[in-house]
Amino acid sequence: MKYDQLKVIARSMRRNILTMIYKAKSGHPGGSLSAVEIMTYLYFKEMNIDSPTDEGRDRFILSKGHGAPVLYAVLMEKGFISKDLIPTLRQVNSKLQGHPDMKKLPEVEASTGSLGQGLSIANGMALGFKIDNKPNRVFALLGDGELNEGMIWEAAMLANHYNLDNLTAILDHNGLQIDGKNEDVMTIEPIDKKFQAFGWHVIKIDGHSFEEIEKAFEERKTINKPAIIIAKTTKGKGCSFMEDEAGWHGKAPNDEEFCLAMEEMGDIGDKIDGGGLNG
Amino acid sequence: MAKATREAYGQALKKLSATNPKVVVLDADLSGSTKTVEFKKVSPERFFNVGIAEQNLIGTAAGLSLVGKIPFASTFAMFATGRAFEIIRNTVAYPSLNVKIAATHAGLTVGEDGGSHQAIEDISLMRTIPGMTLINPADAREAEQAVLKAAEFVGPVYIRLGRMAVEDVYDDSYVFELGKGVQLKEGSDLTIIATGLMVQQSLKAAEILKEEGISARVINIHTIKPIDRDIIINAAKETKAIVTAEEHSIIGGLGSAVLEVLSDEYPVPLKRVGVLDTFGESGKPKDLLKKYKLTPEDIVEQAKKALKLKR
Repeated sequence: MKYDQLKVIARSMRRNILTMIYKAKSGHPGGSLSAVEIMTYLYFKEMNIDSPTDEGRDRFILSKGHGAPVLYAVLMEKGFISKDLIPTLRQVNSKLQGHPDMKKLPEVEASTGSLGQGLSIANGMALGFKIDNKPNRVFALLGDGELNEGMIWEAAMLANHYNLDNLTAILDHNGLQIDGKNEDVMTIEPIDKKFQAFGWHVIKIDGHSFEEIEKAFEERKTINKPAIIIAKTTKGKGCSFMEDEAGWHGKAPNDEEFCLAMEEMGDIGDKIDGGGLNG
Repeated sequence: MAKATREAYGQALKKLSATNPKVVVLDADLSGSTKTVEFKKVSPERFFNVGIAEQNLIGTAAGLSLVGKIPFASTFAMFATGRAFEIIRNTVAYPSLNVKIAATHAGLTVGEDGGSHQAIEDISLMRTIPGMTLINPADAREAEQAVLKAAEFVGPVYIRLGRMAVEDVYDDSYVFELGKGVQLKEGSDLTIIATGLMVQQSLKAAEILKEEGISARVINIHTIKPIDRDIIINAAKETKAIVTAEEHSIIGGLGSAVLEVLSDEYPVPLKRVGVLDTFGESGKPKDLLKKYKLTPEDIVEQAKKALKLKR
């Protein structure tokens, strides 16, 4: 099947995310699992990145910094950081901080975690590449909760004003934030119309379908302005008891839950079409 | 000659536009006031107005630094350090990015715009951030050199600049050295340690004290962080009484920084001249300095109190 290789990587990432958070006994599984397919596609298909230090590489900013485990997991799959780091997440002296820290882990492009700031960082990078006429592109993964932050909209204005056609935002739209559903905490819809009104090109997709993700990135390449891919996702995707549950925003699984989750995700060697998730 | 430190900033940026292609300048709709317009005139392709959006100002500057640029981000000190504090803290300083925040209109001498626009907390806020370098120049010459030096230095820097013209403290021979306090006047009875605009006030205070037979040493601390511990400790050891002077709240600024050094190393009587835990208001800068007790006479008064406490 066309996307089998990506699905294998995605499954490995899910297992590693869960293992990291289980060992750490804290972390954010929900919003890490919802972004697995997006991150897999970005790092293995879309971005030009063969090494984390090559000047010509495309840049990725995890604006929703609490999704750190999914970033660490994809960097492990790329071979940029060692899988030996898995048990060190959130432990003292670890490179794997609770939120990405570029001083401790230079393989991440920016220190993020305080919400709403990543799009501005991405703007600055995109501006810098543009004034030097460099081909590098910049990608930023946003959470839907962080759209509550005013700074996001300051950045959205700037990207349009300077026509940052080398900038792509991807919204991990899992519909949940810490205190509950987006619409119960703070109404953010219509997100598509808001970004359109700010001068952005908007593409809406299922954020767990590699086919739709691929189409979105291909469409993006035909557009000469900043673009946002609004990816509808399921928080906790791949782990039945976590799916669509706000309570799993920032909680680690216990022994029993961890075993169940790993069983559901299937072993690395299992057939891809066998499991409920990757079928 | 009198010239505002913000004017010197504009001139320094103009020089940098010619000498350093990595320098980019960002402003939040105040380029005429902050003088970044001087850079825009000569290098419009490297100048970015972000509109009235100070959080994005700092965040965008961070991104530019991550792709090898040397961004100078400017707005009024109130908005740079107040509104954008957490972006400076987390997105610039936490990863030690090479971002220069050059904020103008610091202190009471903003004048007529009033208390809402008079930053008297900015030194305190910036000083508390690990790894932040903080420069508060005393005159235009020092400001220009400080800006040029900041462009060479790698790491986050906050440069505090003023609206009002300040008298020359230095002549053409002056060479700015980052992190080094400057003894401007020898003295043996006490030391006045000042920063920014209050350096000229302190020199005048020392003249008044001299007429009364009191020998006051005057030190300019232009780099408040990292602070020159040696020059402060030596002054304490040799003169045994200190007065600090700053156009800033007496909480958390230069006075606090000097107290921290001396309390660790060599405690002596110390009096602080600064804004006394209150907000400013509208008025002519000169009238405000008088009302909020930031004149040479106020420094003299505190100097005499410090002398009385001497053991």
